[in-house]
Amino acid sequence: MESILLSLSGGLLEAFQPLNLLMIVIGCVVGLFIGAMPGLGSVNGVAILLPITFLVPPNAAIMFLAAIYYGAMYGGAISSITLGIPGASTAVATVFDGRPLAIAGKADQALTAAAIASFVGGTVSVVLFTLFAPPLADFALRFGPPEEFALMVLAFATFIGLGGDDIPKTIFSILIGLVLATIGLDIISGRPRLIFFDISGFMHGINFLVLAIGIYGIGEMLWTLEQTEGNVIVHKVNMSWRAFLTNLGHVKYYIKTTILGSILGYFVGTLPAAGATPASLMSYGLAKTFSKDPESFGKGNVAGVAAPEAANNAASTGSMLPMITLGIPGSPTTAILLGGMIIWGLRPGPLLFTEHPDFVWGLIGSLYVANAFTVLINLAFIPLFVRVLTMPFTVLAPIIFVLCVVGGYAPSQTMHDVWLMLLFGVAGYLLRKLNYPVAPAVLAIVLGPLAEQSFRQSLLGSQGEVWIFFERPISATCIAIAAALVLYPVLRGLRKPAKAQA
Amino acid sequence: MNIARRGILALAGALGIGAMIASAPGVAQDWEPKKPVEFIIMAGTGGGADQIARLLQGLIEKKDLSPRPFIPINKPGGSGAEALRYLQDKAGDDHVVLVTLNSFYTTPIIQQDLGVDISNFTPIGRMALDTFLLWVNTDREDITDLDSYVDAVKAAGMEWKVGGTGSGQEDSILTAMMEKEFGYEVTYIPFPGGGTVAKNLVGNHIDSTVNNPAEQNEFMRAGNTKPLVQFTPERMQSYPDVPTAQELGHDIVYFMQRSINGPPDMSPEARDWYINLFKTLFESEEWQTFCVEDGLTCDEWVAGDDLAAFHAEQGKRHQELIESVGAAAITGE
Amino acid sequence: MTVRTAELVMAIATMLISIAIMWKSTELSIGWVPQKGPGSGAWPFWLSTGMLLASAATLVRWFLRATPESRSEETYISRTAFYVVGVSVGAILFLLIATNFIGIYFALLLFLFFYLRFVGRHSWTTTLSVTIGVPVFIFCMFEWALTIPLPKAISEPLFYPIYDLIY
Repeated sequence: MESILLSLSGGLLEAFQPLNLLMIVIGCVVGLFIGAMPGLGSVNGVAILLPITFLVPPNAAIMFLAAIYYGAMYGGAISSITLGIPGASTAVATVFDGRPLAIAGKADQALTAAAIASFVGGTVSVVLFTLFAPPLADFALRFGPPEEFALMVLAFATFIGLGGDDIPKTIFSILIGLVLATIGLDIISGRPRLIFFDISGFMHGINFLVLAIGIYGIGEMLWTLEQTEGNVIVHKVNMSWRAFLTNLGHVKYYIKTTILGSILGYFVGTLPAAGATPASLMSYGLAKTFSKDPESFGKGNVAGVAAPEAANNAASTGSMLPMITLGIPGSPTTAILLGGMIIWGLRPGPLLFTEHPDFVWGLIGSLYVANAFTVLINLAFIPLFVRVLTMPFTVLAPIIFVLCVVGGYAPSQTMHDVWLMLLFGVAGYLLRKLNYPVAPAVLAIVLGPLAEQSFRQSLLGSQGEVWIFFERPISATCIAIAAALVLYPVLRGLRKPAKAQA
Repeated sequence: MNIARRGILALAGALGIGAMIASAPGVAQDWEPKKPVEFIIMAGTGGGADQIARLLQGLIEKKDLSPRPFIPINKPGGSGAEALRYLQDKAGDDHVVLVTLNSFYTTPIIQQDLGVDISNFTPIGRMALDTFLLWVNTDREDITDLDSYVDAVKAAGMEWKVGGTGSGQEDSILTAMMEKEFGYEVTYIPFPGGGTVAKNLVGNHIDSTVNNPAEQNEFMRAGNTKPLVQFTPERMQSYPDVPTAQELGHDIVYFMQRSINGPPDMSPEARDWYINLFKTLFESEEWQTFCVEDGLTCDEWVAGDDLAAFHAEQGKRHQELIESVGAAAITGE
Repeated sequence: MTVRTAELVMAIATMLISIAIMWKSTELSIGWVPQKGPGSGAWPFWLSTGMLLASAATLVRWFLRATPESRSEETYISRTAFYVVGVSVGAILFLLIATNFIGIYFALLLFLFFYLRFVGRHSWTTTLSVTIGVPVFIFCMFEWALTIPLPKAISEPLFYPIYDLIY
């Protein structure tokens, strides 16, 4: 314990070196803005700014990149709330409640909740990281394909409550999301799959962002245009100190969800292959399942903003653990960070902690500092972001369309994806008008590939024997919890009428 | 000017603070890029090819070797099929280059209907050769050398699990070659990337793997995994104690090349400019250091027509390999 | 078209899409490969079978008038909504097609100008400042700060002098 504190104080001192501190602050701001652009997430920020890091020492470089990563996680929530478009896959769950709050003129509340929850998530996970890194790395190693599949089953189970009231339509939505996720290369057989009309653009599969931007950006915008018939919506924005303090006071409504989401997010993040997106979705699902008022979720509950935001920030710290100790990226962004470390001549692996303690502790120290800076910067910018919503709708709408088009293009740099995005947008709009829930499709496209891959890897390993999922302790536990989660609302539903009778 | 300043200033500009910077145009030459160069990677983010592309991009930036930036773009679709077809469609374009893996050879052979002929591409330069070793977990104390390994595999039969990076990838070909040479059959389980394979070996979720040195080195140093045999013609400097398969009387030699190629019909001036650029990079101290640390072989610079000859030979060899082990053994269906 | 008709058309359309995906999946092995688990086509095939069944359920519920949508005789898309939504979709469609020919920046100018001036009926000041400001912002953000080149098609040579300035 003492040695941890000693190392940590060394790390914090390192983070407060003038150059490092400057890099952290710049990184936070840059990340915040990149994250706030639809389509651009921490992956783009980190990948594009990686070459900069050749010019500064590795310690400053990793702190810069980690700060961008951190800032982008906060930034993702901004476009989710103000524009209704998830800035990155990690922020998709933030849209569910963030957007309704913004439409109701409570964008400032939602943004404050997102910032506070992110801060709590970041802090909780950094503390957990500091204390439990080595034992957790061992735990992560015990996660083989069967455990990964069981975790995905658990993730799906947390979404039970997210569907609409029309069961066949909800099932259809989940299934089409899963099917869209199978397009592209099948890594198990190495064969291209569902390449419609032999168009080579399908070979890289359907990027999550293409569906999410299509449905939430274009589809939602069309829906809003129809509802308002193009009339101007002007939000009253209250930007006084009093309002700010009142918003801070709302913390009590979501603090429990936030802490739960932070811990969950951290653990899911540390598992290789999982990362921040499933973590934020699971956190949202759990917050809804265990809420006293599950009906208000999806209609503008601040806890619905706080839960995913806490989890995605916590998971982004968590996913640095497998990167540092195992050399395995827990997310696409850490994959690039990992590449960066290798380029600087640092070999991530089980020995990094002992051979380069100054580097590792410097990074951990910088996470504390970056977290504190980002929340301050973010809170300071809230009035600016809220102002976006005061624009006349016929000015805002074309700008959002443009951001969608550019954001759909940027990740893969093909027009093919932009066309698909428009198609999904229009289809999503038409389906939504018929009460088809669209969120399950978006969730399914994220988790589908992980689920299929780990399922088939497990069966390859067990020679086609399905019992493997129940024989192994960790996977059996996950499946048991999943079953309990599915049954919980049913049981609660059964108990209510019984009470009413009594 | 450096990219850091540019990035930050540009962002400031974009935010409306406004900043104008002009940099002097590069020295006049016969040809030089007029717009940003697309640096296509036929694999996903974070893999070996991706690291190389991003390192090269960084070095170009740092050494100010190009008047226009190189922009890495990942096109991992269909084991590189998407990247190959993209390059084919870009025929005559002087502003796009591709970083390759061996799927450069195997993908057009396995996916016949792709309609890509790699001999039409414009070879620029070979940056490195990557090598393979056979690894097992150190917990397997019964396995100390190749013979005990083969015995253990034969005893386990199909229950022996070999991890790899995907059917049709380099390690699956090597696994198929070993199955043929030693007369056993194993279960091959694909994972998305060499790092994940390494982790699954350490966690004992798979029994063995043929990984690149870079992917296993740290686990070896930590005492988690051990190499049994290397598939190079001679022992590598970094592994003086590990025998080669040839020494043990098994003729299995396999390399992965990392080369830079342009689209078909690239103009000769542009080709020469790229050859010059990548030669400078190849000879740079940074690149050579990276090669040593990453266990890559970077002794010989092969460019232009020599690289074309190398590609032709390797293409033929892969054709034979795939025919001899059967495409089904590699694709797994 | 009433909501009721739209519900029927959508159910049939989703059934057709499901069948098309099922048919496409059969190109690969859809069965259980002994000792290996499901084949590579199995996952999409059985999922799209599920889609077919879910759509069929919606169809049955339509006949039974079990859902609010299958009872509603309201118009699916009203004339005014059709105008606003149709114009927006048409404009985006034009933006994408024009991008293929004249590059994204010039396509953006046309798109924004049209939308602000003719759909939004904004003043010349607002129209021009947004029409010019947004592409400039996009250029600075993507090409300059993030070095992500956007498609420029035939307008590419016009950007050469700007590249000289920024790179």
